[in-house]
Amino acid sequence: MTVADAPHRELGLTDPEFERIVELLGREPNGVELAMFSLLWSEHCAYKHSRRLLGKLPTEGERVVMGPGENAGAVDIGDGHAVAFKVESHNHPSAVEPFQGAATGVGGILRDVFAIGARPIAVLDSLRFGELDSERSRYLFEGVVAGIGHYGNSIGVPTVGGEVCFEAPYEHNCLVNAMCVGLARSEEMIRSAAAGPGNVLVLFGASTGRDGIGGASVLASAELEAGDGAKRPTVQIGDPFEESKLLECSLELLQSELLVSLQDLGAAGLTSSAGEMASKGEVGIEIDVRRVPLREPDMEAFEIMVSESQERMLAVVEPAKVEAVLALCEKWQTGAAVIGEVTGTRAMRVLDGGEEVGNVPVTALVDECPLYDLEPAAPASWPYGNADVLGERVAINAGRTADPEDPSAITVALLASPTIASKRWAFEQYDSVVGSRTIRRPEAADAAVLLVAESDRAIAISIDGNGRRVACDPRAGAIEAVLECAQNLACVGAEPLGLTNCLNFGNPEKPTVAWQLTEAVSGLAAACEALGVPVVGGNVSLYNETEHGPIYPTPVVGMVGELPDPERLPGPGPADGDRIVLVGPFAPSLAGGELAKLRGELDLGLPATEIAPVAAALRFVRERVRGGGVRAARDVSDGGLACALAELAIGAGVGVDADLDGLVEARGCSGETALFGEGPGGVLLALAAAEAEALLAAAAGSGVEALDLGAAGGERLELSAAERELTLPLADAERAWRSLGENVER
Amino acid sequence: MIGVIQFPGSCDERDALAACERVGEARMVWHEETDLSGIDGVVVPGGFSYGDYLRAGAIARFAPAMGAVSEFAARGGPVLGICNGFQVLCEAGLLPGALLPNGGLRFICRQVDLVAESCDSPFAAELEPGARLSIPVKHMTGRFFAPEAELDRLGAEGRVAFRYAAGENPNGSARDIAGVTNEAGNVLGLMPHPEHAVDPLTGSDDGLTLFRALARQPSPA
Repeated sequence: MTVADAPHRELGLTDPEFERIVELLGREPNGVELAMFSLLWSEHCAYKHSRRLLGKLPTEGERVVMGPGENAGAVDIGDGHAVAFKVESHNHPSAVEPFQGAATGVGGILRDVFAIGARPIAVLDSLRFGELDSERSRYLFEGVVAGIGHYGNSIGVPTVGGEVCFEAPYEHNCLVNAMCVGLARSEEMIRSAAAGPGNVLVLFGASTGRDGIGGASVLASAELEAGDGAKRPTVQIGDPFEESKLLECSLELLQSELLVSLQDLGAAGLTSSAGEMASKGEVGIEIDVRRVPLREPDMEAFEIMVSESQERMLAVVEPAKVEAVLALCEKWQTGAAVIGEVTGTRAMRVLDGGEEVGNVPVTALVDECPLYDLEPAAPASWPYGNADVLGERVAINAGRTADPEDPSAITVALLASPTIASKRWAFEQYDSVVGSRTIRRPEAADAAVLLVAESDRAIAISIDGNGRRVACDPRAGAIEAVLECAQNLACVGAEPLGLTNCLNFGNPEKPTVAWQLTEAVSGLAAACEALGVPVVGGNVSLYNETEHGPIYPTPVVGMVGELPDPERLPGPGPADGDRIVLVGPFAPSLAGGELAKLRGELDLGLPATEIAPVAAALRFVRERVRGGGVRAARDVSDGGLACALAELAIGAGVGVDADLDGLVEARGCSGETALFGEGPGGVLLALAAAEAEALLAAAAGSGVEALDLGAAGGERLELSAAERELTLPLADAERAWRSLGENVER
Repeated sequence: MIGVIQFPGSCDERDALAACERVGEARMVWHEETDLSGIDGVVVPGGFSYGDYLRAGAIARFAPAMGAVSEFAARGGPVLGICNGFQVLCEAGLLPGALLPNGGLRFICRQVDLVAESCDSPFAAELEPGARLSIPVKHMTGRFFAPEAELDRLGAEGRVAFRYAAGENPNGSARDIAGVTNEAGNVLGLMPHPEHAVDPLTGSDDGLTLFRALARQPSPA
């Protein structure tokens, strides 16, 4: 084999990378070895364009129990318990086959969490598709939601929250990010490093087939191309029943203290799992592929080593405990086989029926992949499209004769915008209650809230991102994504403990994408530092790009926080007569917002955000919510104050009468900007009049901005802001906000 | 002592056990167990027994534990089947009718209101006809079906334990039926999940009444 023959190119390796492999081995790799290198040196496994950047994220904190590098991160929540969590992407598989792509995305992230000994207690999803008027987007949305439901519902882990956005740049490359949260007794958690030469490797779970061969390299680390339907065989098929048994079996094995270490099999299958376990443990590993239970007996050695068949785990077991391990697997009716052992050689040796078919140093495979510096360059102008659809959206939702400049008509069009509209159509397809922990179900609050009676508290979880705003300004947009999560947590009185992220970007070899990635990571790092929230793990998904161009740069942030007393949680909306108070340094701007999108006025640039005053406002909100007396709390997000007030009103079925002149004066903005402008740092609180008075006084005393906007009552949304006024029957607002289902099933 | 049957693929068995433990003693019964001695009431919980890839409940009815449950029911022991448990009991012939895929052909998770109808069964000891309970449903295959004559008979014999409240039928169930009993009244199948309605903090505690009633049952002969 020579460079000119170039089988490595088909496997996604560059010529210099191939030459580096030859140099490391001192010879050319054989077919099995080349297949293993091509997977582990793929972007998906080696993070070769992002690893240097990720080093900038803060990862340390008092409560961190497990940080990046393990299957999932974990933070301490007291009384001997820890919460484990991680978000991961399954974008390209879902774009090629939405149902199985999304289902196996959930399966994969569940395994990451129970691999460290935590029982999964919640799943959240962050999804992005093209505009809903595209048939392809509707097909992908329906398939992805059904796939998530199929897997999560069947395995009995509740899907408690998430977000869905619809934007043209995701039309050909949807994003499916799944986050799993688990609960563990700290002392039962386990790491993945292999240890103890002579110990045995046990592969348990499903048998190994030809599904998902090359998924990590061919699918996840290259741009999507026309005709990618032909890549369907690289998408894995999920079996939640198998995973359910695997989960119970794994947790019982750990509780019984039968394992030295445990790792799930994900991208790049056995090669990656065994390679990483050996690398972390600084040992060698020997595997005989003929001892692996197969679905098809004639599978070749390289296929067995790289198959991404789902629902499999690899454990290191002391020889004396192997019998007990196999017996427990038998109890759970899950297949298990001894496939090799840990060695002291620091080599990854692959045998096929006793005959050596591959032998490479573990470090070469796992740690020696070349890392690349990005060559970022800011684009000269807005690098994405713009389309003025406001008139059309107003006509559809507010009537043919409605004026597209009328604030009431705009509000209706915004509420009906699929990104803002209620996602009930989607989340009703998910079991959100199994596990008996769900205190706040989807849309009942800004963050999901789960009871953790084991440590006498509750946890709150939020997942968020806004690709459009990151496209406008990657650094400011990424900061906003972190703040949005923190705001959601503050609204339920939760203090952030840790964060996971999924960086979804286009091709990093292109200067604009490199710039987006560099700026966004710097924004994430700045926001995490300022809030004091460590990053405990995450995932990078690059090459989200087609011949139609890259996706919006989309860092998705998942945040977990804790709250002491769930009895004091705010409810869904205000009571008649409650005051509505805006807390925080919220400075609305139309730049990058939902209205600018509908008007086709998107451009580079967002107002800069000062994080410290937002952080102070969120601490204030958190303490007020924890003190009780807050009837409802919602942050100001997509569609600005008009939409936030409408959603608050719809939540309680009570109208709102608010005057935004105070905000117009304080910020020097237009009435339209006050109504529809977006930006971080705004939380709406509904409280009884006496409580509101006390809150305004307390805010003044602690230097936090707070504005009394008006009162709840009646059956209309009545807002005035300088030159703009709107009056909207609540029923009309609600009809628009609940229109997602009919838009999907049109 | 209440026994909660655990099949591979069950999802709600731990929640059902916890609900039972709020009102009395309970233990898990592994699907291979056949000895129910010491058990005074049985819960067949929700989930996807054995993956339910063939038809909901079709495999589980052959589980060794289900043979024991059938004998237990024949001796008059109270058996509560929830969701998948309801499907399993129908497949096992312990309850009338069948459960078909939802009318909308999609999984539905939603808090619904139920109305108690016949309160003759031991499970409804604390309820009066017309009582409303707020309890979540979550299922893919929950549309109760039986031939018209059978539906008439169930109504006439007082075997419709619960109907979905007007306008709340989530799945197209015939005559809004949410729960039915066997002829003797000691086996109840319920599509909604009372084990997820035992704490106001998580939405409602209206389901607790069923578990209290179950825990108070005398041991079967």
